[in-house]
Amino acid sequence: MAINQSYLAQDSGPEEPGDSSELKADRSKSPSVWRRFGLQIGIGVVGVMIWLLFLFSAPAVFTQPAIYLAFASTTPLFLIIALALTFVIITGEIDLSFPSVMALSMVSFTWVFQSGGFLGLAFLAAIVTGALAGALNGYLVAKMGIPAVVITIGTSFLFRGIELAAMSGSGFPLTDPALDPLREVLVGRIVGGIPMQFVWVMVIAVLLWFLLNRSRFGSHVFLIGDNATSAQLMGVSVLWTKIGVFMLVGALAAFAGMVASFEVSYFWPTLGEGTLLNTIAAVFVGGTSPFGGAGSVFGTLLGGFIIGALNAGIVSAGINAFWTQAVFGLVIILSLVVQVVIQKRVRS
Amino acid sequence: MNDTAVITPVIELKNVSKTFGEVKSLQNIDFHLDPGEIVGLLGDNGAGKSTLIKTIMGYHAPDSGGKIFFKGDELSDWSVHKAREIGIETVYQERALCEQQSIWRNMFMGRERRNKFGLLDVKGMREEAARLMTEHMGFTSSAVHPENAVLTMSGGEKQGVAIARALHFQAEVVILDEPTMGLSLSETKKTLNFIRSIKEAGKSAIFIDHNIFHVYPVVDRIVILDRGEIAANVVKDGISIENLMDGLQSVARTGTWSTKNGN
Repeated sequence: MAINQSYLAQDSGPEEPGDSSELKADRSKSPSVWRRFGLQIGIGVVGVMIWLLFLFSAPAVFTQPAIYLAFASTTPLFLIIALALTFVIITGEIDLSFPSVMALSMVSFTWVFQSGGFLGLAFLAAIVTGALAGALNGYLVAKMGIPAVVITIGTSFLFRGIELAAMSGSGFPLTDPALDPLREVLVGRIVGGIPMQFVWVMVIAVLLWFLLNRSRFGSHVFLIGDNATSAQLMGVSVLWTKIGVFMLVGALAAFAGMVASFEVSYFWPTLGEGTLLNTIAAVFVGGTSPFGGAGSVFGTLLGGFIIGALNAGIVSAGINAFWTQAVFGLVIILSLVVQVVIQKRVRS
Repeated sequence: MNDTAVITPVIELKNVSKTFGEVKSLQNIDFHLDPGEIVGLLGDNGAGKSTLIKTIMGYHAPDSGGKIFFKGDELSDWSVHKAREIGIETVYQERALCEQQSIWRNMFMGRERRNKFGLLDVKGMREEAARLMTEHMGFTSSAVHPENAVLTMSGGEKQGVAIARALHFQAEVVILDEPTMGLSLSETKKTLNFIRSIKEAGKSAIFIDHNIFHVYPVVDRIVILDRGEIAANVVKDGISIENLMDGLQSVARTGTWSTKNGN
């Protein structure tokens, strides 16, 4: 490096030898564990506290494996999508159309399966349909500049409408023995009755952790959510990165749609309804910033566990079912408030 | 003087215009930057300075008919990514940093380094960021950890990150858009020294600033923009700073270049 030897270095001597070194001393170390992972630690503590609460209020239920197996079979249905949605929310966008994408991609699945019976091809067709639906969302948001919260409501109706029209409003039973290999892979039970969908959540979480933290694409997701203009000035493609994150949600919505359908051996035309709020809540409870630029796969995993535990646990814990939603809302609001407080303290 | 005829400019713009809707930000700009040359770009707010450098950088595409050359080759499908790849780096007025992100992520923004598996070489980027900060930004004994978020830094330090970024990629051409804005006296001095060092290393630079007392001492040539057009192009050795100020005032008042003592 030839340029520069002179930049800054020679002048810094006489400047402020005393005060600056003292001021800067605490910045020489890697930021403390608390500073970097405080949010995740906080979320983890909240999760453990909720679990302890359940454990003490209904020890008979929460010391038996049944409740945990129920939790492991239902939580992945929305958590798989929440892991991908984390990427979209870090870029500062949102996707409200994934419940419809789950159903739309199942249409492709049933069509391809019925027409030839190739299971792998049907699986692929569903994933591609989801990714294409996501690409449309991404294009409308990033290229046309339409706010995501508005346009994905539009595409949500469109995808659901196409699905209902294509299926004439009726479902499709997934009981054909020819479907069994895929059923085993997606929702089979392994040792101790652990559902495969739970294994998939963990596998997808690990893969997405690498994608977010160890790939160029992941870097660009953070940079764009933080300051899209700066990123663009430095040559990051905002358009392609945003299309990419929406495609990721679409593809994993398709995957989750298959998991949810195979779990009940039936493709309901209403597939996906009811997953929207759980999924979004998992991401935000997991500490991903609603302002963009910050978030983590690990946080969403914890957030999903908390939401899933509330789903599975509130009634089992003997709390009146009418209170479920209120408890739910309270936990979400509290965790968001705590996050904003933590973030403000870290920054000041 | 006869060798000036054979020098191929590092960057050359021919007949470049840029229109945003109804607004003509740049009109028929002919501009060149020679190897080892520092050109000062002056002009009022809205004269088109930022548009001009963003066009050179590939952030804005010029209107059809405009041509950009790099070392004599005409460029097509120009993009920021390509501009940086062939060695043009810009230190933007707004610094183009993502403040919530770590220093190393900012330094390698848009040109992240990868290992042989295609994954980010996080360790290497952290070490390189730490090295650049100690060797080039004057943080003795790595006073700032590369994992720190940029928002914890002072204005001068942020500028240091933006400059170190340009340095790391061994830029052939460094464009500095008002790099001294908001800096302290000593930070400004450091920045001006940095610009001198670019020339010593045989590289070229375009230096934009409002303050001609910053520009005059370090540049070889001064180009003055006014309302999207080049109003004057003067070699520094041929003009005194007083005449330069005269000329600038005349451009501001009348749109044409003239000085009391002639030039």
